Order: sequence, then C-alpha cells, then structure tokens
Amino acid sequence: MNLFEILRFAVRGVTANKLRSALTTLGILIGVGAVILLVAVGNGSAKQITDRIAALGTNTLTVQSTSRGGASSTAITVETAEALRDPVLAPDVRSVSPVVSASATITYQGADHSVQQFVGTYPTYFGASNTPVGTGTAFTEEDVAQGRRVLVIGRTVAEELFPGVEPVGAEVTVGGSLFTVVGVLEEKSSSSGFQDANDVAIAPLTAVQQTLTGYGPVSSVVVEAAGSDRVDEAQAQIATILDQRLKVSTTGSGNGSNPNSSPYRIQNASQLLETQSETADTFTVLLGAVAGISLLVGGIGITNIMLVTVTERTREIGIRKALGAPRRVILTQFLAEATMLSLTGGGLGVAAALIGSRFTVVGVKPVIVPSSIALALGVSVAIGLFFGSVPASRAAGLRPIDALRYE
Amino acid sequence: MIGPLGNGADDRSTGSGHPPVLDVRELTKVYGEGEAAVHALRGVNLVVERGDYVAIMGSSGSGKSTLMNIVGCLDVPTSGRYLLDGVDVSRLNDRQLALVRNRLIGFVFQAFNLIPRTSALANVELPLAYAGVPAAERRRRALAALDMVGLAGRAGHEPNQLSGGQQQRVAVARALVTEPALVLADEPTGNLDSRSTADMLTIFDELNAAGRTIVLITHEPEVGSRARRLIKLFDGQISADVRQDGPAGAGGADRMLDQPTATMERIP
Repeated sequence: MNLFEILRFAVRGVTANKLRSALTTLGILIGVGAVILLVAVGNGSAKQITDRIAALGTNTLTVQSTSRGGASSTAITVETAEALRDPVLAPDVRSVSPVVSASATITYQGADHSVQQFVGTYPTYFGASNTPVGTGTAFTEEDVAQGRRVLVIGRTVAEELFPGVEPVGAEVTVGGSLFTVVGVLEEKSSSSGFQDANDVAIAPLTAVQQTLTGYGPVSSVVVEAAGSDRVDEAQAQIATILDQRLKVSTTGSGNGSNPNSSPYRIQNASQLLETQSETADTFTVLLGAVAGISLLVGGIGITNIMLVTVTERTREIGIRKALGAPRRVILTQFLAEATMLSLTGGGLGVAAALIGSRFTVVGVKPVIVPSSIALALGVSVAIGLFFGSVPASRAAGLRPIDALRYE
Repeated sequence: MIGPLGNGADDRSTGSGHPPVLDVRELTKVYGEGEAAVHALRGVNLVVERGDYVAIMGSSGSGKSTLMNIVGCLDVPTSGRYLLDGVDVSRLNDRQLALVRNRLIGFVFQAFNLIPRTSALANVELPLAYAGVPAAERRRRALAALDMVGLAGRAGHEPNQLSGGQQQRVAVARALVTEPALVLADEPTGNLDSRSTADMLTIFDELNAAGRTIVLITHEPEVGSRARRLIKLFDGQISADVRQDGPAGAGGADRMLDQPTATMERIP
C-alpha cells in the first residue's frame, strides 16, 4: 500500500467527521493565533514607547543652566552657545540652537490662546528637536539675523486660533507685537502625559528676545551631535568648552564631586531612551510570559482533543487491523491526519494573527515578531503530532480483539 | 513466508494435496492469572477441510467466541498449535499476521463493525486497499462482491443509512472480496431479524456451494442446522462433532459421498 493511498485514507478520515475536524482545527487556530497576536501587541507597545522617545531626537543634547538667580559669570548666554559651535574643539557637534522660552498669549482677530511653550531659537532647532514643519516654511538664518517677527505654530495653536482657516500668512499679536505666521508644525505624538507637544509656537531668537524675554541668559541650548553614535563624544566636547568658559574648576573645592556644584547640566536623550527601553523590555518579557501560558493552555487543549479523537477511534483501528491493515499503515494514516489538522489549524492561526495585527488592539498597533510565529506554530504542530500519533501507535499495537472491545 | 493464497478455483478441488484450511491442536486460552484465572478453552482439537461449512454452537461462556477470535488471528492462544492453510500462525510477526488476516481470512462480526461515515463501497474496498490492489480493480471487485450480496444499488450508502441486515451483507461482501481461504462469522445473524437471517443464510449457502470454506458461530439451532458439520462446545471443550446433511449439502453433496454423512466424536 503506497503513501498516496494512505494519504487518501487520511483525507477521508479527516472529512468523515467534519465537525470534529473543524473543532480540532479551531482549537489549534486559537492557540496559535492568540500567542502570535499577544506577543505582537506586547512588541507593538514596546515599539510605541521607543518611537515616542525617538521622536524627541536621539542625537540631541540639552544644556541647561543650574544656577538660580544667576551670577553673570556662570549664566549661559547666546555667546556661550555660539562658542559651542567650534569645528576644532567640538568636531562632533552638528548644530547649536540656543533656546529662550516664555509663556505668552497669541491673539488673532479677537480670539486668543495661551500657548504653553513660546520658543525663540535658531532654525537649526527644527531639525535638532525633531519638529518638522508641515505646511508653510520655517524661518531662516536671515530672519534671525534681522529679528523678523515671524512665527511657526504647533497644530494645537493652529486649531485653537484658526478653525477652518489657513493660518499661514495670518498676522497675530503676541505680547503687543505683531507676528506673521509662516508655517505650521507637523502633528507630534504627545511625548509626556501632561504637556501637549503640539501646543507650541516657535519664532526667531532675536524677535522673542526683543519682544518678550529681553537679552538675558538663554533657557537652554539644544546641541545636535553629528550622529546618534557621536552623542557621548559631543557631550564630552561641549562639557570641556563650557568648563573653560564658565570657569569651573574640575578639581573643585571640597564638594567638587557633587554634580550640583556644576553651573550647568547636560541632558542626553539617548540615556533617556536606554532607561525607557529597559522598561519596554520588561513589558515584553511580561507579555511573553503571558503568551507562554496561553501556548501551554492551547497545547493542553490540542492534546485533549487529539487524545479524545484517537481514543474514540480505537475501535475503528481494531476493525482496520482485523481487515489486515499493517501497523505501519495505520500509524501513517493517523500521523497524516494529525499533520493535516495541525498544519491547517496552525496556518489559519497564523493567518488570523496576521489579519488581527492589522487592527489596533487596545490602542496599540501590534507588530508581529517573526520568531513568535515559528514558536507558536512549531509548538502547536509538535503537540498535535505527538498526541495524535502516540495514542494511535498504542492502539495500533493492541491485539485486534482488544482494540475492537475498547469502550 | 505465507502459503499459497486461497482463491475460488483452488477451493473447488478438495484434493488430498492441500493441507486442511484449519488445523487446531490442543488449543487453550486462559484469561487472568492465579485464583482469578478463567479457562476459556481447555484443549480444543479441530480440523476443517477445504470447502466445509462448519457451525459452532454452545452456551454463553463455552469459549466459542474465544475460539473464533483465535482462529481469526484477532487474539493469541495461551498454548497449543494453530495451522492456518498449513502455516503455523503462532510463529508469525505482526506484519505477517496482518497479511494473514488480509489474504486468508474474511471475518464477519456480530456487531457488523463497518467503518462509520464511510460508504459501503469504500468499506468493501478497504481489505483490497490494504492488499495493495490498484484502485480500478479494487472498485470492480468491491462492486462485484456487493452485487453478490444483493447490495449493488447501495454502494454509495453509509452504514447509518443501511438496515442491520444490509449492514451485515456489506460486512459479508467485505469478508469475501479478498477471496479468502476461510470465511469466519461470529454470530452473523445475532443482531438480525428473521428475514435478514434467512437472507444471510442463503448467502452463506451460496458461498459454500461456490466452494468457500465457512466457519460460523451461532446460538440459533436453525442456523446451525444449515451447516454440514455441527460442533458443540461445552466448557472450553468440544462436546459433539456431528456431520449432518443440511440444506447446504445439496449443492455439493456429490463431493461428500466418500465421507460418512454423520460422525459422532466425544472428547474424553
């Protein structure tokens, strides 16, 4: 009896009891699908966290002054910031954008909106802080040099002040001065829970200093490193320059080891990313454990239905043996049946998971992990094959009369 | 490894060159062990020649089903020798036993034992499939066997669409389709009404007339009376072995003239 004949027997065996076959397939489908989708959701939420942090810009450093009230010798000014742009001492710095910020109210045709962050800076800030302009244009170096009163607003500001109106070209009033809106920022995903990242307005540094903040020290300096792998070098270089300019004695007096004694602080986005990635990893491990448990439960389900299926057919195996079926033929038939059911169920489970991953699940866009497909499919099919063929092997090894009498 | 396969043409000649189809010597079967041991068979000797029609009768627990299962290679004896068509079955391995069940024996069960949810034709084809017969020939032979039991029109029906009598006729067709040396029937009419029983017995008569060797177990005297040879089992031993001139004898009576029409044999 050749293999093709046995396979035909197996097909007939599978189709003989359609409901049972369908339920077995469904059990495997759910087991495989659930595991893949669960891991995908875990992976998706981890990726979401990483993306949010990456949106902040991974190769930027933020320099802030720590001195309060500020002795003029340790304050960070525009001049200090300009000194950081030094191709010799700081070759790994791509751009330096001094930032002054204030809170201000923007008024347009009677409507007013109190903007959370009114930022004055250089055009390089848009690239460094990863806030691209959506419609319109950013301001230029020349605008900064001339102190032109132009303004790029965030999406929230645009919606508040210009409902249904094109904001670019409009004239708004900020602190009594007239600004022209030249661009609207692209929508940005909210990076921190409390602050609306889209409630922002950006203008040339000089214009903001003229109208709002005056020519004092800057709030911070955003430094962009030449690449995300050059961040640590850039940080060291600007620290050296700042130490020189602000006359910080590295030997310190008594409490030199205390970082608070330094008049400035450098924040590194990649450090933040690292911390957050660890959190995300923990999350993935947790979901992986949940997925593992579902795989176990799914496996027990498959085991159960396979055992029942084969046990129920012990009598049939007895009949086949009485008619002269060799043990090998019976085994091959049951193994082929188990393979068909497991592979069909597993394949449909993968398909279901792939379709399911196209939808957003509890606010998370699932991202399929390829290894989870292999694992879920492998484990389910292996369990299906094992528990489909082992009881069949046991039954095929019985004397025909014992298999026939089996209840 | 296996002796010549029986086929219809050979069965016609009950010549002296052939070994008996069935040669059972001092067969015993014990279930359980020690105190709880049940002796189902206590030394049975039985020789069945080619073309014979034997009915085995006996009360419940007389060991007739046990004997039948051993003869049909479904079970193994505790001790004793069993030659089927001259081959010592106890020496065969699992694969060879499968071959013996497939080629030499056709078994009809009391409970029909058709494969559920599988058409009558596919059920009858099954032993041929295990024998490796090509699909086209398998189909032809299975249809011929179904035609012989009068069920050619029901080839596509599944067991649950057939009456008990029809199911048993499918089972008989399945037992015959490989043209076995020996047809065994374990209470084939036990679950059938009187009309189906009559149909079934007619089929067995025809089979025997065509030269097929038949051994059947029955409770019913009218079934036993149709056979040429009636064996009675009592407590695991043969208590009577009578050759009788039943209706089945009419077809092949001329062949039996050289043998005594009735013999009595008592096992001590």
